[in-house]
Amino acid sequence: MKADPRGVLTGTHFMDGDHACCEGALAAGARFAAGYPITPSTEVVERFAARVPVVGGSFIQMEDELAASIALQGAVWGGAKSFTVTSGPGFSLMMEHIGYAAMTETPCVFVDVQRGGPSTGLPTLPAQGDMMQARWGSHGDYEIIALCPNSPQECFDLTVKAFNFAEEFRVPVMFMMDEVVGHMTEKVVIPPADQIEVVPRKHTRKTVEEYLPYATNGDMVPEMAHAGEGYKFHVTGLTHDERGYPNMTPQTQQKLVTRLQNKIRSAADRIAMFEEEATENADVIVVSYGITSRVAQRAIDMARERGLKVGKLRLIMAWPFPETKIRELAGRTKAFVVPELNLGQMVREVERAAAGRAKTILVPHAGGSVHHPEEILAAIQEAVR
Amino acid sequence: MTTLVNPTPINPVEPFLRSDRMPHIWCPGCGIGTTVNCFAQALIESKIDLKTLALVSGIGCTGRVAGYVKLDSFHTTHGRAIPFATGLKLANPKLNVVVYSGDGDLSAIGCNHLIHAARRNIDLKVICVNNLIYAMTGGQTAPTTPGHAITSTSPYGTFEPAFNLPHLVEAAGAVYVARWTTYHVRQLARSIGEAFKKKGFSFIEVISPCPTLYQRRNKLGDGLDTMKYYKEKSKTKHGAPTSEIGLTMQGEIIVGKFVDRDRPDYSALLKAQMHESLGERYVDYDEEQGYVCADGGCAEDSCH
Repeated sequence: MKADPRGVLTGTHFMDGDHACCEGALAAGARFAAGYPITPSTEVVERFAARVPVVGGSFIQMEDELAASIALQGAVWGGAKSFTVTSGPGFSLMMEHIGYAAMTETPCVFVDVQRGGPSTGLPTLPAQGDMMQARWGSHGDYEIIALCPNSPQECFDLTVKAFNFAEEFRVPVMFMMDEVVGHMTEKVVIPPADQIEVVPRKHTRKTVEEYLPYATNGDMVPEMAHAGEGYKFHVTGLTHDERGYPNMTPQTQQKLVTRLQNKIRSAADRIAMFEEEATENADVIVVSYGITSRVAQRAIDMARERGLKVGKLRLIMAWPFPETKIRELAGRTKAFVVPELNLGQMVREVERAAAGRAKTILVPHAGGSVHHPEEILAAIQEAVR
Repeated sequence: MTTLVNPTPINPVEPFLRSDRMPHIWCPGCGIGTTVNCFAQALIESKIDLKTLALVSGIGCTGRVAGYVKLDSFHTTHGRAIPFATGLKLANPKLNVVVYSGDGDLSAIGCNHLIHAARRNIDLKVICVNNLIYAMTGGQTAPTTPGHAITSTSPYGTFEPAFNLPHLVEAAGAVYVARWTTYHVRQLARSIGEAFKKKGFSFIEVISPCPTLYQRRNKLGDGLDTMKYYKEKSKTKHGAPTSEIGLTMQGEIIVGKFVDRDRPDYSALLKAQMHESLGERYVDYDEEQGYVCADGGCAEDSCH
């Protein structure tokens, strides 16, 4: 379906990534947000708090991130599209509820504007240190989807996509921004509502008698009902059967958790999002994401000026990791250079997928600023030597 | 001549329960089932439309209530029933949202949310079954455990002062506060019915036995002995100052309705503020249409 025009601020704007993310959420149909202030993410909910009363919906500032990350899920079961916004320390507090959303298949979006960590770290400065936490932070086995915008325009476009993926798969989607992308101001074009594709909730059409809350019909994603519609359904974070009833047996656990994982894994190649350029004859391919991809672009240009054959793979979707793509590229390039604003996170995935068929070189950075392009260039030069 | 109209007696609360989930997990002598009976009785008497009713629980023995009632029911995470219920209520203000959980869940790990929801005066009906202990995990000390009681984590006796929950929630802003024991089944059912009529944050504490862990470890007898204690030592004092009704191990239990007052609830305050600041620009919740639903308003193709 097309976006509801009431939430779409069509036009050409000059805005930062945090604000663009908020507009993306409104365009996607988000009508509820629960938040707790934390730098450098707060502008997203500040804008939402100002905008949503004139669009129709609700914002509440909760008493902490635990509350925010579960209030948004209550709102989802009440019928709204919902999200929360945070940064490192708050993201850590939200982990249990990311697991709850995965287990109960509550479609929702968690925005994490990453800053330097661990702990309070660098509240106002960038990092990309939450990438593994986004994937693995809650206990148990589950899968999520994570997107990494590298510009305010993408903060808009990909937030819409994040909500769409959340609804399609009934999964919590991590929107992994960083301080620079969040606070960078650029041109943002918001298209007319009828050009914005929005995925509606996978609402059941079954009657009250027929409806089984966690039954699947081949596509691994069950149909949802909302509170107040008469379905009288039960939702629990306990291991549950198709009726949604707790069932603590290894068989039910196996069936449920395998499906939670496979509904994403089996779609990984279909939904993979990356930007690929000049990888055909590349001796080295730079794999990057988020703000680092823009620094990497400068390094790639400098290397090409020096006659080096450098390809580019920018991860737009970090999770599920595009391992099929990396495996394919590993067969025809000598090395991957992976700059990231952490001491080595996504590089582990690149290395795992490359499986020794291509060298993997990390360009680490503990956060607090972005890389110097020369550091990435040096790694490229080392890779081709 | 008399005819037997209804030869098989039906438990009047059965329609409110998920019979396919019976038997329940609660121990013999536990009071939680009694509170569910009272809750169901209150639903019958108040004639509330069950379709509009959602029940949210946290984790623990009382947290399992959500799984046994035939309602839209949510068994959430430990301590977070209230913030979940807050989101549910704000997204669909037409719902009657009940939070049904235990003392450990609501007043320890979830205490922050308890006092903030009372402060905001969110229109939630909170039923707090207080068995004075963490029961599901094997009988550890709770913020409600009275002094000197033996628990698995206070093997030499509890010495931390306990929370007086009615006092806490009154101070935080609740509009309706009552306390009963599981002996007071009629009073409890009536109280739940009254809470349904209130607009705002309502809190009912139900003192309930845990014969398996609390009573046994403290040599207080079984479930029946506890009923006798509740009967003998409870004193009904409506309007009693909540500062004076703290619980002790075997002392008097003051029960009754302590607070029944009116102040605008969260949604009334929200609407008033938005109308004042935004005037006609404010898009209010529409009773018919709601906000814009995630599924475009309904499940029909024509609406997409």
